[in-house]
Amino acid sequence: MVPTSYYLILSAVLFGLGVVAFVFKRNVITIFMSIELMLNAVNLAFVAFSQARHQSDGQVFVLFVIVVAAAEAAVGLGIIILMSRNRQSLNVERVDFLKL
Amino acid sequence: MTPQLAIFFVLAALAVLGALNLIIQRHPIHSALSLIVVMIALAGLYLLMGSEFVAAVQIIVYGGAIMVLFVFVIMLLNAGVEERTNVSKLAGVAGIPLAVALLGFLAAAIARSNESAQAGVESGTLANTKEISTMLFKDFVYPFELTSFLILVAIVGAIVLAQREKS
Repeated sequence: MVPTSYYLILSAVLFGLGVVAFVFKRNVITIFMSIELMLNAVNLAFVAFSQARHQSDGQVFVLFVIVVAAAEAAVGLGIIILMSRNRQSLNVERVDFLKL
Repeated sequence: MTPQLAIFFVLAALAVLGALNLIIQRHPIHSALSLIVVMIALAGLYLLMGSEFVAAVQIIVYGGAIMVLFVFVIMLLNAGVEERTNVSKLAGVAGIPLAVALLGFLAAAIARSNESAQAGVESGTLANTKEISTMLFKDFVYPFELTSFLILVAIVGAIVLAQREKS
């Protein structure tokens, strides 16, 4: 039996690492992956609370989060393909105008 | 130390090391592979908690579909090693303290709510998949239908964005 707070601390650490990656990385694909990492950390907290309180709502929410992450990945990677086609670069420092 | 606690620590260390490796590696394909390690470790943690349906969905959707999409796009765009441009001073000066502050706030919130969270997670206490499906198709029918609409919009959006422009 693992205390729930262990899961929450792991979730917080993973979320913090995702934030660090989001701030420090320069490649737009890696930045996108760090967003996925943060979503995963939140999912872990959802499931931990759901199991600790013996209610399944949290796991249904996790399903919705995964669906939204999949839709977001499809659209975001489309935008990345468009960006690399128009700028010939994946570096966010070179894409500092809103206009593509 | 119970075996469950030992398994938890192994999987948690795997997840944290994978996340650290995502930050350290400079080639996006290496970051993607270490993110897959994080996701498999999280699936193991879900199994440890006894929510086998979420673990299966995690492996199939995250490890299977989303990460394959990432790897595919990395190879399609021929993404090379991340180039170090002039690192903005603001990111170094503000980024680390802000991340530490965020972690501190989260740790404080967890520590304050410790007595309610002390109950602990036993393994396999719920008849999970059946209960989740009942809830998904009874209480959450409208959000469920909305997600299918969201996926439709995402498909159309991805095709419109990624199609070749007619010249």
